[in-house]
Amino acid sequence: MAPTDPILDARNIHAWYGSSHVLHGIDLKIARGETVGLLGRNGMGKSTLIRTLLGHVTQRDGQIHLFGHDVSKSKPHEVARRGVAYVPEGRGVFPNLTVRENLIMAARPSREASRGWSYERVLETFPRLTERLTNLGSQLSGGEQQMVSIGRALMTQPDLVILDEATEGLAPLIVNEIWNVIGDIRDSGIATLIVDRDFRRVLEHSDNALVLQKGLVELAGPASKVADDPALSGLLGV
Amino acid sequence: MTNNDTSKSVFVAAIFAALAIYPFTGSEFGTDLVTTTMVFAIFALSLELLVGGTGLVCFGQAAFFGIGAYSAVLLSPQYDPGSVAILLPAAVLTAALYALFVGALSLRTKGVYFIMVTLAFAQMAYFVVHDTSLGGGTDGIYMTVKPTLGAIDLGDTQALYWVTYVLLIAVFVFLAVLSRSRFGRALAGIRVNEQRMRATGFSTYPYKLAAFTISGAIAGLGGFLFAVKDGAVNPELMSWHLSGSVLVMIILGGIGHLRGALIGAFAFVLLEELFKSEAIFGEFSKHWHLGLGMTIIASVALLPRGLVGLPGQWGQHLLGRATRRAEDMEVQNAKA
Repeated sequence: MAPTDPILDARNIHAWYGSSHVLHGIDLKIARGETVGLLGRNGMGKSTLIRTLLGHVTQRDGQIHLFGHDVSKSKPHEVARRGVAYVPEGRGVFPNLTVRENLIMAARPSREASRGWSYERVLETFPRLTERLTNLGSQLSGGEQQMVSIGRALMTQPDLVILDEATEGLAPLIVNEIWNVIGDIRDSGIATLIVDRDFRRVLEHSDNALVLQKGLVELAGPASKVADDPALSGLLGV
Repeated sequence: MTNNDTSKSVFVAAIFAALAIYPFTGSEFGTDLVTTTMVFAIFALSLELLVGGTGLVCFGQAAFFGIGAYSAVLLSPQYDPGSVAILLPAAVLTAALYALFVGALSLRTKGVYFIMVTLAFAQMAYFVVHDTSLGGGTDGIYMTVKPTLGAIDLGDTQALYWVTYVLLIAVFVFLAVLSRSRFGRALAGIRVNEQRMRATGFSTYPYKLAAFTISGAIAGLGGFLFAVKDGAVNPELMSWHLSGSVLVMIILGGIGHLRGALIGAFAFVLLEELFKSEAIFGEFSKHWHLGLGMTIIASVALLPRGLVGLPGQWGQHLLGRATRRAEDMEVQNAKA
């Protein structure tokens, strides 16, 4: 795999829930260190696309390559082990485990020690978790839960992080903190795929963006061009 | 260690201390009854690993218990005492192998299908011993001579009590250590959200299969002790009634807590003895199932977290009363 090749190359992705055809042939490429924003109104297929890329949707078709490996038929844990971390919608903590256990359970050694996301580095990034290490996931606030979820994703030493509605339902101050961390992740050279209701911020943080409409890509390109496209507001219903 | 952890440890230590004292104070009948209860506690702990630890509701746990029991009897010499050092590992291994086989197939299903498949496999084992000469048919088979462990004869009530006691502690400690290990945390994660665990990079199937096999092995250990204690086995040891009873034990004690399985087993056996007592219930003791069933229904309705949740529920109740009293006083002071 050449350094310029995309780390994720998904072509002609289709997905079904039972007899309902949800995705109708989506193409998506993410380069190393690139941030891609995924936009669209509710029910347009954003989460389904993510779940399909991760291997959670079993009724799927198309080609998905990760680092040159075909993962079109791979199981979720195989996709995760290839370097894809997922921060799911609605917080991703395990409520019955402590903060420390949540963080270290999925930890993998870093290939580059200096750039890796160690336990200490995660706690430096989210200092408020330091005081909550022995608390159960269920005892945390929504913001703290999201920090744990992002921290756990980073401790798998991913090359691609997928953030699905990471700021949903959080207080404005926490939202700012989460966006700052998303910026840090990007700066550390990790590619990201972001889904969020705040499309302005998504476009501000992204290199490229695509907008879904009824399971199809209606608008795609550099984030600045997508932001200026007159069709955007109609597609997002804003 | 938090205060809560300390109080839990003290509680468990107190139970084991009481069990250590009991044989010096209780009758032979009592010692025998407590031995049975400890065997059921081991059995309940085996299911707790699956239901409370991994979120797998197995409705065929009696099969592993029964296989352990039958193995112990079938492998015992007819006229000489067998060796515990051979019979015990053999019983545990046989139960574990059947659990590995059942788990490998049943863990491909989920929810109610998993419950039904485990029940089906248990019923298969039940009918093998029920309808063939292998296990003596409906009458079962006898262990004519109890096994020995060196100089210890398990035919002696006291000796069996202490061996069962030590094994119960060993199983409890093993499961406590296991639940705190990375493996145990992974099981806890699977219990809450298996899909999330897979997205985190865990292949969940081998973890569940390992838990299922360990659980079967522990149930087999319980079965071995039961066979040695009773000196006989019959197909009822593999019946769905027993699978249901052990499930009730952990529900009664409180699912998700090892000490819940311990307390649940004791509560269940003692309640059964209570309702069977003619001295207390007279003629009604013939219908002891009814009394036991109603008590269990009442317990589940009133104690949703089981007996281990009782102190917490009392605490909340008392706190609520104190808060209401303080509010009433504030209202009265304001009026004054």
